[in-house]
Amino acid sequence: MSSKPVSADDQFYREYILDHYKNPRNFGRLEHPDITHEEDNPLCGDVVGMDFRIKDGVIDDIRFHGRGCAISQASASLLTERLKGMPLDDAKKINKDDVLGELGIEISPARIKCALLSLKVLKVGAYGLAGDDDD
Amino acid sequence: MYDVAAVRKDFPIFETGIAYLDSANTSQRPRQVTSAVLDYWERYNSNIHRAAYKIAEEATDRYEATREKVRAFINAASTKEIINTRGTTEAINLVAYAWGRANVKPGDLIVLTILDHHSNIVPWQILATANGARIEYVDIDERGELRQDQFRELLEEQPKLVAFSQVSNALGTINPVEDMVRLAKAAGATVLVDGAQGAPHQGVDVRALGCDFYAFSGHKMLGPTGAGILYGRRELLEEMDPFMGGGDMIKTVRVEGTTYHDLPWKFEAGTQAIGEVIGLGAAVDYIGELGMENIRAHETEITEYAYEALSDIEGLTVYGPPPSRRAGVISFALEGIHPHDLATIADRDQVCLRAGHHCAMPLMTRLGVPATARASFYVYTQKDEVDRLVGSIKEAQRIFK
Repeated sequence: MSSKPVSADDQFYREYILDHYKNPRNFGRLEHPDITHEEDNPLCGDVVGMDFRIKDGVIDDIRFHGRGCAISQASASLLTERLKGMPLDDAKKINKDDVLGELGIEISPARIKCALLSLKVLKVGAYGLAGDDDD
Repeated sequence: MYDVAAVRKDFPIFETGIAYLDSANTSQRPRQVTSAVLDYWERYNSNIHRAAYKIAEEATDRYEATREKVRAFINAASTKEIINTRGTTEAINLVAYAWGRANVKPGDLIVLTILDHHSNIVPWQILATANGARIEYVDIDERGELRQDQFRELLEEQPKLVAFSQVSNALGTINPVEDMVRLAKAAGATVLVDGAQGAPHQGVDVRALGCDFYAFSGHKMLGPTGAGILYGRRELLEEMDPFMGGGDMIKTVRVEGTTYHDLPWKFEAGTQAIGEVIGLGAAVDYIGELGMENIRAHETEITEYAYEALSDIEGLTVYGPPPSRRAGVISFALEGIHPHDLATIADRDQVCLRAGHHCAMPLMTRLGVPATARASFYVYTQKDEVDRLVGSIKEAQRIFK
Protein backbone atom coordinates (compact mmCIF):
# COMPACT_ATOMS: atom_id res chain seq x y z
CA MET A 1 0.00 0.00 0.00
CA SER A 2 1.57 3.19 -1.14
CA SER A 3 -0.95 5.71 0.10
CA LYS A 4 -0.35 7.10 3.52
CA PRO A 5 -2.17 5.35 6.34
CA VAL A 6 -4.76 7.39 8.15
CA SER A 7 -6.13 7.04 11.62
CA ALA A 8 -9.38 5.20 12.16
CA ASP A 9 -11.27 8.36 13.02
CA ASP A 10 -10.14 10.05 9.85
CA GLN A 11 -12.81 10.48 7.24
CA PHE A 12 -12.51 7.78 4.65
CA TYR A 13 -14.77 9.77 2.39
CA ARG A 14 -13.06 13.10 2.66
CA GLU A 15 -14.91 16.19 1.65
CA TYR A 16 -12.99 16.73 -1.57
CA ILE A 17 -13.55 13.13 -2.69
CA LEU A 18 -17.27 13.50 -2.10
CA ASP A 19 -17.12 16.85 -3.85
CA HIS A 20 -15.51 15.29 -6.91
CA TYR A 21 -18.09 12.50 -6.81
CA LYS A 22 -21.06 14.82 -6.58
CA ASN A 23 -19.64 17.56 -8.81
CA PRO A 24 -17.34 15.76 -11.21
CA ARG A 25 -14.91 17.99 -13.12
CA ASN A 26 -14.56 17.67 -16.88
CA PHE A 27 -17.59 15.41 -16.99
CA GLY A 28 -19.20 14.70 -20.35
CA ARG A 29 -18.07 13.95 -23.88
CA LEU A 30 -15.86 15.71 -26.45
CA GLU A 31 -16.93 15.96 -30.03
CA HIS A 32 -14.41 14.38 -32.38
CA PRO A 33 -11.85 13.41 -29.75
CA ASP A 34 -8.38 12.34 -30.87
CA ILE A 35 -8.41 9.50 -28.37
CA THR A 36 -11.38 7.88 -26.73
CA HIS A 37 -11.40 4.85 -24.49
CA GLU A 38 -13.66 3.20 -21.94
CA GLU A 39 -13.02 0.54 -19.33
CA ASP A 40 -15.27 -1.17 -16.87
CA ASN A 41 -14.88 -3.19 -13.73
CA PRO A 42 -17.44 -5.97 -14.09
CA LEU A 43 -17.03 -6.95 -10.45
CA CYS A 44 -18.77 -3.82 -9.24
CA GLY A 45 -20.16 -2.37 -12.43
CA ASP A 46 -17.96 0.73 -12.38
CA VAL A 47 -17.50 2.34 -15.79
CA VAL A 48 -15.08 5.11 -16.75
CA GLY A 49 -14.46 6.47 -20.24
CA MET A 50 -12.28 9.36 -21.36
CA ASP A 51 -12.14 11.56 -24.45
CA PHE A 52 -8.89 13.39 -25.21
CA ARG A 53 -8.13 16.24 -27.59
CA ILE A 54 -4.41 16.41 -28.34
CA LYS A 55 -2.74 19.55 -29.71
CA ASP A 56 1.03 19.63 -30.35
CA GLY A 57 1.53 16.63 -28.12
CA VAL A 58 -0.36 18.21 -25.22
CA ILE A 59 -3.70 17.17 -23.76
CA ASP A 60 -5.59 20.25 -24.83
CA ASP A 61 -8.95 19.11 -23.55
CA ILE A 62 -10.35 16.11 -21.76
CA ARG A 63 -13.75 14.80 -20.64
CA PHE A 64 -14.71 11.72 -18.72
CA HIS A 65 -17.96 9.87 -18.39
CA GLY A 66 -19.04 6.90 -16.35
CA ARG A 67 -20.88 5.64 -13.33
CA GLY A 68 -20.03 3.73 -10.24
CA CYS A 69 -18.78 4.17 -6.72
CA ALA A 70 -17.42 7.38 -5.24
CA ILE A 71 -13.84 6.15 -5.37
CA SER A 72 -13.89 5.31 -9.08
CA GLN A 73 -15.66 8.51 -10.12
CA ALA A 74 -13.72 10.87 -7.84
CA SER A 75 -10.49 9.28 -8.96
CA ALA A 76 -11.43 9.89 -12.60
CA SER A 77 -12.42 13.47 -11.91
CA LEU A 78 -9.15 14.15 -10.08
CA LEU A 79 -7.16 12.57 -12.87
CA THR A 80 -8.77 14.70 -15.57
CA GLU A 81 -7.89 17.85 -13.62
CA ARG A 82 -4.32 16.72 -13.51
CA LEU A 83 -4.19 15.70 -17.17
CA LYS A 84 -5.61 18.85 -18.70
CA GLY A 85 -2.77 20.80 -20.29
CA MET A 86 -0.25 18.07 -19.65
CA PRO A 87 2.08 16.82 -22.42
CA LEU A 88 0.97 13.35 -23.45
CA ASP A 89 4.47 12.03 -22.77
CA ASP A 90 4.20 13.18 -19.16
CA ALA A 91 0.70 11.75 -18.86
CA LYS A 92 2.08 8.38 -19.87
CA LYS A 93 4.36 8.44 -16.85
CA ILE A 94 1.57 8.77 -14.30
CA ASN A 95 1.51 5.62 -12.21
CA LYS A 96 -0.72 4.07 -9.59
CA ASP A 97 1.17 5.65 -6.72
CA ASP A 98 0.43 9.07 -8.18
CA VAL A 99 -3.26 8.28 -8.44
CA LEU A 100 -3.53 6.76 -4.97
CA GLY A 101 -1.48 9.59 -3.52
CA GLU A 102 -3.84 12.12 -5.04
CA LEU A 103 -6.81 10.40 -3.43
CA GLY A 104 -4.91 10.67 -0.17
CA ILE A 105 -6.85 8.01 1.66
CA GLU A 106 -6.10 4.44 2.50
CA ILE A 107 -7.68 2.20 -0.10
CA SER A 108 -8.40 -1.35 0.95
CA PRO A 109 -7.23 -4.10 -1.42
CA ALA A 110 -10.81 -4.77 -2.46
CA ARG A 111 -11.23 -1.17 -3.61
CA ILE A 112 -7.92 -0.68 -5.43
CA LYS A 113 -9.51 -1.55 -8.76
CA CYS A 114 -12.09 1.18 -8.24
CA ALA A 115 -9.37 3.74 -7.54
CA LEU A 116 -7.25 2.71 -10.52
CA LEU A 117 -9.96 2.27 -13.16
CA SER A 118 -9.39 5.77 -14.56
CA LEU A 119 -5.64 5.16 -14.73
CA LYS A 120 -6.35 2.04 -16.77
CA VAL A 121 -8.43 4.13 -19.15
CA LEU A 122 -5.55 6.59 -19.49
CA LYS A 123 -2.97 3.86 -20.05
CA VAL A 124 -4.93 1.77 -22.51
CA GLY A 125 -6.32 4.79 -24.32
CA ALA A 126 -3.46 7.23 -24.45
CA TYR A 127 -0.55 4.91 -24.07
CA GLY A 128 -1.95 2.17 -26.24
CA LEU A 129 -0.95 -0.52 -23.79
CA ALA A 130 -3.01 -3.28 -22.31
CA GLY A 131 -4.21 -2.39 -18.82
CA ASP A 132 -2.19 -3.53 -15.88
CA ASP A 133 -4.48 -6.03 -14.22
CA ASP A 134 -2.05 -7.25 -11.61
CA ASP A 135 -3.28 -5.02 -8.89
CA MET B 1 -36.75 -22.00 19.44
CA TYR B 2 -33.24 -21.97 20.77
CA ASP B 3 -31.27 -19.38 22.72
CA VAL B 4 -29.38 -17.31 20.16
CA ALA B 5 -27.06 -15.82 22.79
CA ALA B 6 -26.05 -19.33 23.85
CA VAL B 7 -25.55 -20.39 20.22
CA ARG B 8 -23.28 -17.39 19.61
CA LYS B 9 -21.00 -18.55 22.40
CA ASP B 10 -20.13 -21.54 20.19
CA PHE B 11 -18.77 -19.15 17.55
CA PRO B 12 -15.48 -17.64 18.76
CA ILE B 13 -15.38 -15.21 15.85
CA PHE B 14 -18.09 -13.10 17.45
CA GLU B 15 -15.67 -12.25 20.25
CA THR B 16 -14.01 -9.95 17.70
CA GLY B 17 -17.07 -7.72 17.80
CA ILE B 18 -18.05 -8.04 14.16
CA ALA B 19 -21.62 -7.91 12.95
CA TYR B 20 -21.60 -10.70 10.38
CA LEU B 21 -24.24 -10.24 7.70
CA ASP B 22 -22.72 -12.31 4.89
CA SER B 23 -23.73 -15.88 5.68
CA ALA B 24 -25.13 -16.49 2.19
CA ASN B 25 -21.54 -16.03 1.07
CA THR B 26 -20.01 -18.26 3.70
CA SER B 27 -21.22 -19.08 7.19
CA GLN B 28 -19.20 -18.98 10.39
CA ARG B 29 -18.18 -22.25 12.04
CA PRO B 30 -18.86 -23.26 15.62
CA ARG B 31 -16.16 -24.69 17.90
CA GLN B 32 -17.74 -28.11 17.48
CA VAL B 33 -16.76 -28.01 13.80
CA THR B 34 -13.32 -26.48 14.10
CA SER B 35 -12.39 -28.84 16.94
CA ALA B 36 -13.53 -31.87 14.92
CA VAL B 37 -11.21 -30.83 12.09
CA LEU B 38 -8.38 -30.04 14.48
CA ASP B 39 -8.87 -33.35 16.28
CA TYR B 40 -8.34 -35.19 12.99
CA TRP B 41 -5.26 -33.18 12.10
CA GLU B 42 -3.71 -33.47 15.53
CA ARG B 43 -4.75 -36.92 16.71
CA TYR B 44 -5.45 -39.30 13.80
CA ASN B 45 -4.29 -37.59 10.61
CA SER B 46 -3.86 -40.33 7.96
CA ASN B 47 -5.22 -41.26 4.58
CA ILE B 48 -8.49 -43.14 4.20
CA HIS B 49 -9.46 -46.42 2.52
CA ARG B 50 -5.88 -47.69 2.39
CA ALA B 51 -3.80 -48.26 5.44
CA ALA B 52 -4.25 -51.04 7.99
CA TYR B 53 -3.26 -49.16 11.09
CA LYS B 54 -5.61 -47.86 13.75
CA ILE B 55 -5.55 -44.12 13.12
CA ALA B 56 -6.27 -44.73 9.43
CA GLU B 57 -9.23 -46.87 10.41
CA GLU B 58 -10.53 -44.07 12.55
CA ALA B 59 -10.03 -41.55 9.76
CA THR B 60 -11.89 -43.82 7.33
CA ASP B 61 -14.70 -44.45 9.81
CA ARG B 62 -15.22 -40.78 10.56
CA TYR B 63 -14.97 -39.77 6.90
CA GLU B 64 -17.60 -42.35 6.00
CA ALA B 65 -19.69 -41.41 9.04
CA THR B 66 -20.19 -37.96 7.49
CA ARG B 67 -21.65 -39.66 4.43
CA GLU B 68 -24.28 -41.37 6.57
CA LYS B 69 -25.01 -38.13 8.43
CA VAL B 70 -25.50 -36.32 5.15
CA ARG B 71 -27.66 -39.14 3.80
CA ALA B 72 -29.93 -38.82 6.80
CA PHE B 73 -29.84 -35.01 6.60
CA ILE B 74 -31.25 -35.00 3.05
CA ASN B 75 -33.13 -38.31 3.40
CA ALA B 76 -31.40 -40.06 0.51
CA ALA B 77 -32.09 -43.76 0.07
CA SER B 78 -28.46 -44.85 0.31
CA THR B 79 -24.98 -43.56 1.09
CA LYS B 80 -24.10 -44.72 -2.44
CA GLU B 81 -25.93 -41.62 -3.59
CA ILE B 82 -23.81 -39.22 -1.51
CA ILE B 83 -20.69 -37.99 -3.34
CA ASN B 84 -18.15 -35.80 -1.61
CA THR B 85 -17.08 -32.82 -3.69
CA ARG B 86 -15.28 -29.60 -2.92
CA GLY B 87 -18.59 -27.76 -2.98
CA THR B 88 -21.68 -26.96 -5.00
CA THR B 89 -19.65 -25.73 -7.96
CA GLU B 90 -17.72 -28.97 -8.28
CA ALA B 91 -20.89 -30.99 -7.75
CA ILE B 92 -22.66 -29.24 -10.63
CA ASN B 93 -19.60 -29.50 -12.84
CA LEU B 94 -19.44 -33.21 -12.07
CA VAL B 95 -22.96 -33.62 -13.43
CA ALA B 96 -22.32 -31.34 -16.40
CA TYR B 97 -19.29 -33.39 -17.43
CA ALA B 98 -20.02 -36.93 -16.33
CA TRP B 99 -23.74 -36.94 -17.14
CA GLY B 100 -24.03 -34.03 -19.54
CA ARG B 101 -21.33 -34.92 -22.06
CA ALA B 102 -22.82 -38.39 -22.55
CA ASN B 103 -26.49 -37.48 -22.52
CA VAL B 104 -26.99 -33.99 -23.94
CA LYS B 105 -27.19 -34.08 -27.73
CA PRO B 106 -27.05 -31.40 -30.43
CA GLY B 107 -30.25 -29.39 -30.44
CA ASP B 108 -31.26 -30.47 -26.94
CA LEU B 109 -32.75 -27.84 -24.67
CA ILE B 110 -31.38 -26.98 -21.24
CA VAL B 111 -33.67 -24.87 -19.05
CA LEU B 112 -32.09 -22.64 -16.40
CA THR B 113 -33.36 -19.56 -14.60
CA ILE B 114 -32.29 -15.93 -14.51
CA LEU B 115 -32.10 -16.24 -10.70
CA ASP B 116 -29.32 -18.77 -10.83
CA HIS B 117 -25.82 -18.42 -9.44
CA HIS B 118 -22.99 -18.51 -11.98
CA SER B 119 -22.18 -22.00 -10.68
CA ASN B 120 -25.48 -23.21 -12.05
CA ILE B 121 -25.12 -21.36 -15.35
CA VAL B 122 -21.53 -21.52 -16.55
CA PRO B 123 -21.07 -25.35 -16.40
CA TRP B 124 -24.20 -25.69 -18.57
CA GLN B 125 -23.00 -23.02 -20.99
CA ILE B 126 -19.75 -24.96 -21.37
CA LEU B 127 -21.71 -28.16 -21.93
CA ALA B 128 -24.10 -26.51 -24.38
CA THR B 129 -21.18 -25.17 -26.41
CA ALA B 130 -19.39 -28.52 -26.42
CA ASN B 131 -22.45 -30.60 -27.28
CA GLY B 132 -24.40 -28.14 -29.42
CA ALA B 133 -27.31 -27.76 -27.03
CA ARG B 134 -29.28 -24.57 -26.44
CA ILE B 135 -30.19 -22.85 -23.18
CA GLU B 136 -33.34 -20.99 -22.22
CA TYR B 137 -33.70 -19.00 -19.00
CA VAL B 138 -36.88 -18.68 -16.98
CA ASP B 139 -37.44 -15.00 -16.23
CA ILE B 140 -38.63 -13.41 -12.99
CA ASP B 141 -41.67 -11.23 -12.36
CA GLU B 142 -41.61 -7.81 -10.69
CA ARG B 143 -41.48 -9.47 -7.26
CA GLY B 144 -38.33 -11.38 -8.11
CA GLU B 145 -40.13 -14.71 -8.36
CA LEU B 146 -39.76 -17.14 -11.22
CA ARG B 147 -42.39 -16.89 -13.90
CA GLN B 148 -44.06 -20.25 -13.61
CA ASP B 149 -46.13 -19.66 -16.77
CA GLN B 150 -42.94 -19.32 -18.76
CA PHE B 151 -41.43 -22.34 -17.00
CA ARG B 152 -44.42 -24.45 -18.06
CA GLU B 153 -44.15 -23.23 -21.64
CA LEU B 154 -40.48 -24.18 -21.80
CA LEU B 155 -41.28 -27.63 -20.42
CA GLU B 156 -43.55 -28.19 -23.42
CA GLU B 157 -40.41 -28.12 -25.54
CA GLN B 158 -39.26 -31.22 -23.66
CA PRO B 159 -35.93 -30.06 -22.27
CA LYS B 160 -33.25 -32.64 -21.68
CA LEU B 161 -32.16 -30.98 -18.47
CA VAL B 162 -33.73 -28.53 -16.08
CA ALA B 163 -31.57 -26.94 -13.38
CA PHE B 164 -32.58 -24.31 -10.85
CA SER B 165 -31.83 -23.16 -7.34
CA GLN B 166 -33.91 -23.97 -4.29
CA VAL B 167 -33.30 -20.47 -2.97
CA SER B 168 -31.84 -17.51 -4.84
CA ASN B 169 -28.57 -16.38 -3.31
CA ALA B 170 -28.99 -12.83 -4.59
CA LEU B 171 -32.65 -12.12 -3.79
CA GLY B 172 -33.47 -14.80 -1.26
CA THR B 173 -36.45 -15.93 -3.32
CA ILE B 174 -37.68 -19.35 -2.21
CA ASN B 175 -38.55 -21.15 -5.40
CA PRO B 176 -41.50 -23.58 -5.46
CA VAL B 177 -39.12 -26.47 -6.03
CA GLU B 178 -41.62 -29.24 -5.26
CA ASP B 179 -43.90 -28.10 -8.09
CA MET B 180 -41.03 -27.33 -10.42
CA VAL B 181 -39.37 -30.73 -9.97
CA ARG B 182 -42.69 -32.54 -10.38
CA LEU B 183 -43.50 -30.66 -13.60
CA ALA B 184 -40.01 -31.03 -15.03
CA LYS B 185 -39.93 -34.76 -14.27
CA ALA B 186 -43.38 -35.16 -15.86
CA ALA B 187 -41.97 -33.44 -18.96
CA GLY B 188 -39.24 -36.07 -19.11
CA ALA B 189 -36.33 -33.87 -18.06
CA THR B 190 -33.42 -34.75 -15.84
CA VAL B 191 -33.55 -32.32 -12.93
CA LEU B 192 -30.76 -30.78 -10.88
CA VAL B 193 -31.52 -28.62 -7.87
CA ASP B 194 -28.84 -26.22 -6.63
CA GLY B 195 -29.27 -26.42 -2.88
CA ALA B 196 -26.37 -24.17 -1.90
CA GLN B 197 -28.77 -21.68 -0.26
CA GLY B 198 -31.46 -24.25 0.40
CA ALA B 199 -29.79 -27.01 2.38
CA PRO B 200 -28.48 -24.70 5.14
CA HIS B 201 -31.73 -22.80 5.64
CA GLN B 202 -34.63 -24.99 4.52
CA GLY B 203 -33.16 -28.46 4.49
CA VAL B 204 -34.36 -30.93 1.89
CA ASP B 205 -35.90 -34.36 1.52
CA VAL B 206 -34.51 -35.50 -1.81
CA ARG B 207 -36.78 -38.52 -2.00
CA ALA B 208 -39.90 -36.45 -1.42
CA LEU B 209 -38.59 -33.81 -3.81
CA GLY B 210 -37.85 -36.39 -6.50
CA CYS B 211 -34.99 -34.53 -8.17
CA ASP B 212 -32.22 -36.45 -9.95
CA PHE B 213 -29.35 -34.39 -8.57
CA TYR B 214 -29.03 -32.08 -5.59
CA ALA B 215 -25.86 -30.08 -4.92
CA PHE B 216 -24.81 -28.13 -1.84
CA SER B 217 -21.81 -26.74 0.03
CA GLY B 218 -20.66 -27.44 3.56
CA HIS B 219 -19.19 -23.99 4.14
CA LYS B 220 -22.56 -22.27 3.89
CA MET B 221 -23.96 -24.54 6.62
CA LEU B 222 -21.41 -24.13 9.41
CA GLY B 223 -18.93 -26.57 7.85
CA PRO B 224 -15.43 -26.01 6.46
CA THR B 225 -14.71 -24.81 2.94
CA GLY B 226 -13.67 -27.56 0.54
CA ALA B 227 -16.35 -30.04 1.56
CA GLY B 228 -19.59 -30.20 -0.39
CA ILE B 229 -22.04 -32.79 -1.55
CA LEU B 230 -23.56 -34.08 -4.73
CA TYR B 231 -26.61 -36.24 -4.26
CA GLY B 232 -27.46 -38.27 -7.35
CA ARG B 233 -30.14 -40.85 -7.95
CA ARG B 234 -28.42 -44.20 -7.89
CA GLU B 235 -29.58 -45.39 -11.34
CA LEU B 236 -28.11 -42.27 -12.93
CA LEU B 237 -24.85 -42.44 -10.98
CA GLU B 238 -24.43 -46.12 -11.90
CA GLU B 239 -24.76 -45.31 -15.61
CA MET B 240 -22.40 -42.35 -15.51
CA ASP B 241 -18.72 -42.55 -16.29
CA PRO B 242 -16.36 -41.05 -13.71
CA PHE B 243 -15.76 -37.32 -13.62
CA MET B 244 -12.07 -37.53 -12.73
CA GLY B 245 -9.73 -40.48 -12.89
CA GLY B 246 -7.11 -41.22 -10.30
CA GLY B 247 -6.48 -42.87 -6.98
CA ASP B 248 -9.28 -44.37 -4.91
CA MET B 249 -11.89 -44.39 -7.69
CA ILE B 250 -10.64 -47.64 -9.22
CA LYS B 251 -10.95 -51.35 -8.60
CA THR B 252 -8.15 -52.55 -10.83
CA VAL B 253 -5.84 -50.72 -13.17
CA ARG B 254 -4.05 -52.57 -15.95
CA VAL B 255 -2.20 -51.11 -18.86
CA GLU B 256 -5.09 -52.28 -21.06
CA GLY B 257 -7.66 -50.43 -19.00
CA THR B 258 -9.32 -49.80 -15.68
CA THR B 259 -12.36 -51.00 -13.82
CA TYR B 260 -13.96 -48.38 -11.65
CA HIS B 261 -14.81 -48.51 -8.01
CA ASP B 262 -18.38 -48.90 -6.79
CA LEU B 263 -20.54 -45.98 -5.83
CA PRO B 264 -19.96 -43.56 -4.27
CA TRP B 265 -16.16 -43.82 -4.50
CA LYS B 266 -16.26 -43.97 -8.31
CA PHE B 267 -16.65 -40.19 -8.16
CA GLU B 268 -14.08 -39.48 -5.46
CA ALA B 269 -10.73 -39.53 -7.25
CA GLY B 270 -7.60 -38.60 -5.35
CA THR B 271 -7.08 -37.90 -1.68
CA GLN B 272 -10.13 -36.10 -0.39
CA ALA B 273 -10.41 -33.17 2.01
CA ILE B 274 -10.65 -35.64 4.88
CA GLY B 275 -10.59 -33.25 7.81
CA GLU B 276 -13.08 -30.93 6.11
CA VAL B 277 -15.46 -33.80 5.39
CA ILE B 278 -15.24 -34.82 9.05
CA GLY B 279 -15.94 -31.18 9.93
CA LEU B 280 -18.99 -31.24 7.67
CA GLY B 281 -20.27 -34.19 9.69
CA ALA B 282 -19.93 -32.11 12.85
CA ALA B 283 -21.82 -29.27 11.14
CA VAL B 284 -24.67 -31.60 10.22
CA ASP B 285 -24.79 -32.74 13.86
CA TYR B 286 -24.87 -29.15 15.05
CA ILE B 287 -27.73 -28.25 12.70
CA GLY B 288 -29.56 -31.39 13.81
CA GLU B 289 -29.31 -30.32 17.43
CA LEU B 290 -30.69 -26.87 16.68
CA GLY B 291 -33.40 -28.35 14.47
CA MET B 292 -34.11 -27.15 10.94
CA GLU B 293 -37.56 -25.88 11.91
CA ASN B 294 -36.07 -23.79 14.69
CA ILE B 295 -33.41 -22.44 12.34
CA ARG B 296 -36.08 -21.51 9.84
CA ALA B 297 -38.20 -19.85 12.54
CA HIS B 298 -35.24 -17.85 13.81
CA GLU B 299 -34.26 -16.73 10.33
CA THR B 300 -37.82 -15.73 9.52
CA GLU B 301 -37.95 -13.57 12.64
CA ILE B 302 -34.64 -11.87 11.80
CA THR B 303 -35.58 -11.46 8.14
CA GLU B 304 -38.91 -9.85 8.99
CA TYR B 305 -37.20 -7.57 11.47
CA ALA B 306 -34.53 -6.55 8.94
CA TYR B 307 -37.01 -6.19 6.09
CA GLU B 308 -39.08 -3.79 8.15
CA ALA B 309 -36.08 -1.84 9.45
CA LEU B 310 -34.58 -1.46 5.96
CA SER B 311 -37.90 -0.66 4.28
CA ASP B 312 -38.34 2.24 6.72
CA ILE B 313 -35.18 3.93 5.44
CA GLU B 314 -35.80 6.68 2.93
CA GLY B 315 -34.11 6.19 -0.43
CA LEU B 316 -33.61 2.47 0.14
CA THR B 317 -34.98 -0.06 -2.33
CA VAL B 318 -35.31 -3.72 -1.34
CA TYR B 319 -35.24 -6.22 -4.20
CA GLY B 320 -37.16 -9.45 -4.24
CA PRO B 321 -40.25 -10.92 -2.63
CA PRO B 322 -41.87 -10.09 0.74
CA PRO B 323 -40.28 -11.67 3.82
CA SER B 324 -42.80 -14.49 3.99
CA ARG B 325 -41.57 -15.74 0.62
CA ARG B 326 -37.85 -15.26 1.03
CA ALA B 327 -35.01 -16.88 2.92
CA GLY B 328 -32.64 -14.90 5.15
CA VAL B 329 -31.28 -12.72 2.36
CA ILE B 330 -32.04 -9.06 1.67
CA SER B 331 -30.58 -7.34 -1.38
CA PHE B 332 -31.01 -3.61 -1.54
CA ALA B 333 -29.83 -0.36 -3.11
CA LEU B 334 -29.42 3.11 -1.67
CA GLU B 335 -30.21 6.14 -3.77
CA GLY B 336 -27.02 8.00 -4.68
CA ILE B 337 -24.71 5.60 -2.85
CA HIS B 338 -22.93 2.79 -4.62
CA PRO B 339 -23.09 -0.56 -2.75
CA HIS B 340 -19.30 -0.65 -2.52
CA ASP B 341 -19.21 2.71 -0.80
CA LEU B 342 -21.83 1.51 1.65
CA ALA B 343 -19.88 -1.70 2.29
CA THR B 344 -16.70 0.29 2.96
CA ILE B 345 -18.50 2.55 5.43
CA ALA B 346 -20.13 -0.48 7.09
CA ASP B 347 -16.73 -2.13 7.34
CA ARG B 348 -15.50 0.81 9.42
CA ASP B 349 -18.25 -0.12 11.90
CA GLN B 350 -17.19 -3.80 11.76
CA VAL B 351 -20.34 -4.65 9.85
CA CYS B 352 -19.61 -7.34 7.25
CA LEU B 353 -21.87 -6.63 4.31
CA ARG B 354 -21.65 -7.99 0.79
CA ALA B 355 -21.68 -5.62 -2.16
CA GLY B 356 -21.47 -6.68 -5.76
CA HIS B 357 -23.22 -8.89 -8.28
CA HIS B 358 -23.32 -11.93 -5.99
CA CYS B 359 -22.18 -14.24 -8.80
CA ALA B 360 -25.51 -13.58 -10.49
CA MET B 361 -24.64 -11.16 -13.28
CA PRO B 362 -27.55 -12.20 -15.52
CA LEU B 363 -29.91 -11.35 -12.65
CA MET B 364 -28.23 -7.97 -12.05
CA THR B 365 -28.60 -7.21 -15.75
CA ARG B 366 -32.25 -8.24 -15.55
CA LEU B 367 -32.80 -5.95 -12.55
CA GLY B 368 -30.97 -3.15 -14.38
CA VAL B 369 -28.46 -2.58 -11.59
CA PRO B 370 -24.68 -3.04 -11.66
CA ALA B 371 -24.60 -4.35 -8.11
CA THR B 372 -26.56 -4.49 -4.90
CA ALA B 373 -25.75 -4.51 -1.22
CA ARG B 374 -26.79 -7.72 0.47
CA ALA B 375 -27.36 -8.65 4.08
CA SER B 376 -27.83 -12.35 4.85
CA PHE B 377 -28.55 -14.16 8.08
CA TYR B 378 -28.12 -17.50 9.75
CA VAL B 379 -28.55 -19.41 12.99
CA TYR B 380 -26.47 -16.96 15.01
CA THR B 381 -27.70 -13.64 13.63
CA GLN B 382 -29.21 -11.32 16.21
CA LYS B 383 -31.28 -8.16 15.87
CA ASP B 384 -28.46 -6.06 17.25
CA GLU B 385 -26.45 -6.85 14.10
CA VAL B 386 -29.31 -5.63 11.94
CA ASP B 387 -29.48 -2.46 14.06
CA ARG B 388 -25.79 -1.90 13.46
CA LEU B 389 -26.36 -2.24 9.72
CA VAL B 390 -29.11 0.36 9.90
CA GLY B 391 -26.65 2.60 11.75
CA SER B 392 -24.06 2.17 9.00
CA ILE B 393 -26.63 2.95 6.33
CA LYS B 394 -27.63 6.15 8.11
CA GLU B 395 -23.97 7.09 8.50
CA ALA B 396 -23.47 6.54 4.75
CA GLN B 397 -26.48 8.73 4.01
CA ARG B 398 -25.10 11.41 6.29
CA ILE B 399 -21.72 11.32 4.53
CA PHE B 400 -23.20 11.30 1.05
CA LYS B 401 -26.05 13.74 1.64
